[in-house]
Amino acid sequence: MYTTQVADHIAHPRNVGELESPSGVGDVTNEVCLDRIKLTIRVDGSRLTDAKVKAQGCPPTIAVASVLTELIIDRPLEEVESLTREEVVRSLGRLPAAKMHCASLGIDALRAAIGDLQQ
Amino acid sequence: MRIYLDNSATTAVAPEVIDAMLPYFSEEIGNAQSVHSFGQRAKAAVERARRQVADLINSSATEVVFVSGGTEADNLAVHGVAEAHRDHGRHIITTKIEHPAVLSTCESLEQAGFRVTYLPVSGRGRVSVDDVRAAIGSDTILVSVMHANNETGTIQPIEELADVVATARERGASHLHFHTDAVQSVGKVAVDVKRLRVDLLSLSGHKIHGPKGVGALYVRKGVRLSKLMLGGHHERDRRAGTENVPGIVGLGCAAELARLQLGERQERMGELRDYLERQIAADVSDVRVNGDAENRVPNVANLSFDGVDGESLLIALDLKGIAVSTGSACASGSLEPSHVLQAMALTREQIRGSLRFSLSAYTTREEIDCAVAAVAETVNRLREMIPTDELSASNLALS
Repeated sequence: MYTTQVADHIAHPRNVGELESPSGVGDVTNEVCLDRIKLTIRVDGSRLTDAKVKAQGCPPTIAVASVLTELIIDRPLEEVESLTREEVVRSLGRLPAAKMHCASLGIDALRAAIGDLQQ
Repeated sequence: MRIYLDNSATTAVAPEVIDAMLPYFSEEIGNAQSVHSFGQRAKAAVERARRQVADLINSSATEVVFVSGGTEADNLAVHGVAEAHRDHGRHIITTKIEHPAVLSTCESLEQAGFRVTYLPVSGRGRVSVDDVRAAIGSDTILVSVMHANNETGTIQPIEELADVVATARERGASHLHFHTDAVQSVGKVAVDVKRLRVDLLSLSGHKIHGPKGVGALYVRKGVRLSKLMLGGHHERDRRAGTENVPGIVGLGCAAELARLQLGERQERMGELRDYLERQIAADVSDVRVNGDAENRVPNVANLSFDGVDGESLLIALDLKGIAVSTGSACASGSLEPSHVLQAMALTREQIRGSLRFSLSAYTTREEIDCAVAAVAETVNRLREMIPTDELSASNLALS
């Protein structure tokens, strides 16, 4: 049902935690399934330099949260801002159709964290 | 390292069973209906297996019908009674926690004009005898209540229900039949059709260390049943189709092992299951046992882990080589919450965080120790990932 990439992120989630004094925080919950992703990011200048994530919910949500941090750390903010759900899914191989909303939740957390920057 | 703790889904075939089955693939290959000696020897093997199954449940051999598994047994029981007795009544009583094989057959009968009452269960998963009594009417032709539930292992009050059915019959419900799905109880607790006083009972080979693809339906002498499988007079004209001789031989052998080893298996599994629960409770906080801890089969532990998603726990354990299940095997992949746990009024969170551990007679203490360690590590790790509700101070500073 799930790819080896998803399984790997479940077994070894990356960058788990919450940054001390983050530049931005994105804490989002899917009201239907109650899955939650809380992403904290650090931005220096025009670069996203660090990120940590906490998540609760089904396997794809945990995997998305984990892989999201890998996709955004040490990247130009501009690039990070245009990260798509499809790219997240691709980095996990694929997700069952019914679990695509987990990837959306990840993007929502990212957007919320970036939105928080501009506050 | 591979540890299999999903025996309610299916079990390994016992070595004795494999040995018993082997000759029937290449040497004793006869069709049990054939007149020649190949056929007659196959037929003798089938009849021997029939007696072995009958001995396990204390029935006569002639009351045992071989089918393709528990699902077919359930279909045949429910559909068979409904169709055979439709002129005497169109009402069926069952519970909300039955296996989909019973529920789907009932739903299909509803489409065909039958009325079905799906009784609720208590928080521990037991149906109320009074509810059944109250539900029986003059047009009720079938009560179908499982002996032990597949998800929680909870045992239903079948003997008391048999009393209710007997009383109803004395009072005029002459076409009332009583069926129990004993797929999860056979081989785990004593199952005696005379003590249970049921008219029909389903059992499955692959739940008792027999092969997949074979099961049996006990049909009490005198019970009239409409056939599901047409096209031959096999099984005393109750179920057409060339007999799965190797499978049936395997089921017979598994049944005999289950009968001879019942006491020993019950004790072993019960001890290990209780040990599993104790050890997990020692190493993991906020765990709840779902079901009726006093009235359940000895090999099932259905546990809810607060705050953790059961599916994530399952995948993580699978990566460590440990097989368990969440919900039931039939529901896996469907992403639907367990209908059984819902009927027990568990909260959404409790249902979500639930896992079923189901042991077998072959499970070892070492395996339990390993599994407990893995569960503790995984639950604690997933719990550490739970977001806090704290806002970071610098959030405010930057804005």
